[in-house]
Amino acid sequence: MVKFGVGQSVRRVEDDRLITGGGRYADDFRAPGQAYMVVVRSPYAHAKILSIDTESARAAPGVVDVLTGQELQEAGLGEVSNAAVALIKQRDGSPAFKTTRHVLAVDRVRHAGDAIAAVIAESEAEARDAAELVMIDFEELPVVVDTEKAADPSSPAIWEEAGSNLAYDWGKGDEEAARAAIANAHHVTKLKLINNRIVVNAMEPRAALGMYDKEQDRYTLHVPSQGVHGLRDRIANDTLKIAPEKLRVITEDVGGGFGMKTFAYPEYPLVLYAAKKLGRPVKWTADRAESFLSDTQGRDHVTEAQLALDAEGHILGIYIDTIANLGAYQSQFGAFIPTLAPRDMQAGVYKVPAIYNHVRAVLTNTVPVDAYRGAGRPEASYLIERLMDKAGYETGLGPIEIRRRNFIPAEEMPYNQKPSLPFDSGDFNRNLNDALAKADYEAFEKRRAEKAKEGKLLGLGLCYYVERTAAGMSEFAQLAVDAEANVVHVYTGSQTNGQGHETVWTQFISSRLGLDADQIVVHSGDSDVLPGGAGTGGSKAVYMSTGALGVASDTLIEKGKQIAANELEAAVADIEYRGADGEAVFAVVGTDKRIDLFEVARKAEGQTDSAALEAAGEYKEAGNSYPNGAHICEVEIDRDTGDFEITRYIAVDDFGHVINPMIVAGQVHGGIVQGLGQAMGERTVYDEESGQLLTGSFQDYWMPRADDLPFFDTSYNEIPSKSNQLGVKGAGEAGTVGAPSAFINAVLDALRLAGVENIDMPVTPYSLWKALHGAEEKAA
Amino acid sequence: MKSELDIMLTVDGAEERTTVEPRMLLIQALREKLGVKGPHIGCESGRCGACTVLVNGEAVKSCMMLAAQADGAKITTAAGLAAEDGTLHPLQQAFHEHHALQCGYCTPGMLCAAMDLLKTNPKPNENDVRQALRGNLCRCTGYQHIVDAVLSAAGTLGSGASAVKGAAE
Ligand code: FES
Ligand code: FES
Repeated sequence: MVKFGVGQSVRRVEDDRLITGGGRYADDFRAPGQAYMVVVRSPYAHAKILSIDTESARAAPGVVDVLTGQELQEAGLGEVSNAAVALIKQRDGSPAFKTTRHVLAVDRVRHAGDAIAAVIAESEAEARDAAELVMIDFEELPVVVDTEKAADPSSPAIWEEAGSNLAYDWGKGDEEAARAAIANAHHVTKLKLINNRIVVNAMEPRAALGMYDKEQDRYTLHVPSQGVHGLRDRIANDTLKIAPEKLRVITEDVGGGFGMKTFAYPEYPLVLYAAKKLGRPVKWTADRAESFLSDTQGRDHVTEAQLALDAEGHILGIYIDTIANLGAYQSQFGAFIPTLAPRDMQAGVYKVPAIYNHVRAVLTNTVPVDAYRGAGRPEASYLIERLMDKAGYETGLGPIEIRRRNFIPAEEMPYNQKPSLPFDSGDFNRNLNDALAKADYEAFEKRRAEKAKEGKLLGLGLCYYVERTAAGMSEFAQLAVDAEANVVHVYTGSQTNGQGHETVWTQFISSRLGLDADQIVVHSGDSDVLPGGAGTGGSKAVYMSTGALGVASDTLIEKGKQIAANELEAAVADIEYRGADGEAVFAVVGTDKRIDLFEVARKAEGQTDSAALEAAGEYKEAGNSYPNGAHICEVEIDRDTGDFEITRYIAVDDFGHVINPMIVAGQVHGGIVQGLGQAMGERTVYDEESGQLLTGSFQDYWMPRADDLPFFDTSYNEIPSKSNQLGVKGAGEAGTVGAPSAFINAVLDALRLAGVENIDMPVTPYSLWKALHGAEEKAA
Repeated sequence: MKSELDIMLTVDGAEERTTVEPRMLLIQALREKLGVKGPHIGCESGRCGACTVLVNGEAVKSCMMLAAQADGAKITTAAGLAAEDGTLHPLQQAFHEHHALQCGYCTPGMLCAAMDLLKTNPKPNENDVRQALRGNLCRCTGYQHIVDAVLSAAGTLGSGASAVKGAAE
């Protein structure tokens, strides 16, 4: 009997506090005696700072201190971390250009919202009032915001040291082979597309509470993060220049992260520096306007690609040319996202004999770009799935047949696609067939004809996505049996941002140790507790954390067996633990001699080195997993107005074994909606002249709301992954990877009826109306 | 010169007195002055709904109301929906059953917006629910399970909807 077991839609243990207003988000923390910090941000997108006068601000009521970049430099503070740049080698073998970002700008600002000074006061209102009094003289400089224009050598270089706006020129694959494939192709499909910039907009704004303990010379930071250990190391090593042990980072409930809350932002070392200097805690909370101007943003690529086909529609090769906009500074992983994060995912689920990916990354006067849900894989998937659709129409094979002809067949799994896509499992045809059946594809033409009578264009779009979840790091876990409270404490180095980790780890430990859910208490988000942790990011938590928890529970059981053997007067080899049968007991095999886990823990005192029954686990073996699936979207467009509605959305996913189907469904829905958000309206606009972010509020930046969306029909085909012991494939980002192309392909399927052949994200009623109208004019 | 106003609010059944600056918003008074952490701040401009509370039974975005305007009002937050013995309100129970929250940041506001809907329209259909919640942004759930939960609390969750697999079994 499994008590709270794996594979069931167990309801979440974290819900109780979150639905009763008991969540503990970063802004909910108050430290006695804390002062408030407000950041003074640049009103200009690009300017020299001629002088900063803080005198009136300092004299304002309640003001405790005003910090500037110069002071921080004199105090020896380092830069804001941008660790990933070092990983990028250019095509000519030279290192990438590395930007220098000070915690507070010193003599130059490079995007509207760049942090210049920090005002610290007794109250938030006083700090805000005083921030208005910081006088800064600027000399405005020419602005570059557009991705393609930035790559034009004639545009002004915003980093003169680099000589141009090019941060790096990078390539991967066999360029010669890809070029030859195109030269010798029967048909070449060419496509240029925009992967539009996204403002992440987690509902909880970032916040930070910094504290300093003078006696211990130790800092503490409360912050909403995606992993405390990574953040601790970056802030300590790169900016504060202290040993990581001198900094404790704590994260409790997080109101959504989606990649964006991973990074070491300037405000974090700032509150810590201020706390030490002022001898009191310092608190900062972003308002939404600041979130728009200071949270890393996502995507922003312009790509031209060619797909070479033989006479039967088999892929011969792909050549990709991308310009990626990194923003004003390289953020922590910014340089990694368009290059190494997707690696060869542009091949999708197809056999591709030759591929070359050329990426030029540019610096612009915009907010830095970094990982956003999917981080490079949605961009890769969007490209190949748009290419496949276009090739399907151009060859006359249609979008379904051309995919089938090129799928890596299930019989050939595991399949090692060169240069670096070692698929371990997958049955792409099966998922596609199931999705087509669920979409009632057979009756589509009939539905379309009926809609045509109402003046509506109906389109059906398909995407077959695959994504590669993260690997190559260590995850840690610890178990401690508390004999007095009759509970087992579970510590993990992962960090929930709302995905339900507490529940899933509870399910896993319940199935291993045979405990009830209320006997398991899950902890995370304290860098002092474990030696390290991989946090959340890359859809890896489920296999990395259960891996570490598996090691820890095996160790715990082995330790327990020794004690049980003494107590039951039997040989250790004869002791079994019955956790898998739902009983938290050690027993002598084949007898009714038994002892309960908590009893063993009580006996542990005096018998083991530690006072309690505890065990640690580290896990690093897992390889990448490859979640994949078919998404089908049906869109209805009003020919006259451009108004549109999604009328059907089906996702058939392969996430390997699913531990909690309900939680996974939530991940899929949320992921799809973030993908659809990008495709159907999220539009980030910087003014070309001034560089101002014109879509800097929820008034101007559209995001999907409840009445913009249909119900999604989601289901799973569980084809176990071979890269981890549970056979799971990470599900956190998949929806975001699949949705944009399913939607755009549907829109294009509809528009084709009216003679329109291309449209870019984000599609809006206005852009549809323009496209339809333009086509009519052309026809007239 | 700082003028302060004395106000009295009944928050989740408890009478609270405090002083506020005239410019202080209701959400700030609740969070900063009274330590009520259920309603959250997502935009302070009336566009996200994270701060939604019930003021005398009606859903109000508490960043759009001055604390002084609420003087004397009865405020209900997510913390005040459950019965005194801690039994969850049927709507909260439905949110739990249908996995209507992930990070939970939007949840207190969603609950209050949905309470208001169910008071004025006890038997809403899917469209009614989606319309009623359009003032509340959620970046995590894609709304589907939230809509399910509200319909289920109202007893109008149809067989065609997307009930969580295994939910009612
Ligand atoms: S904080 Fe009130 S509506 Fe967003
Ligand atoms: S559950 Fe995270 S914003 Fe709604």
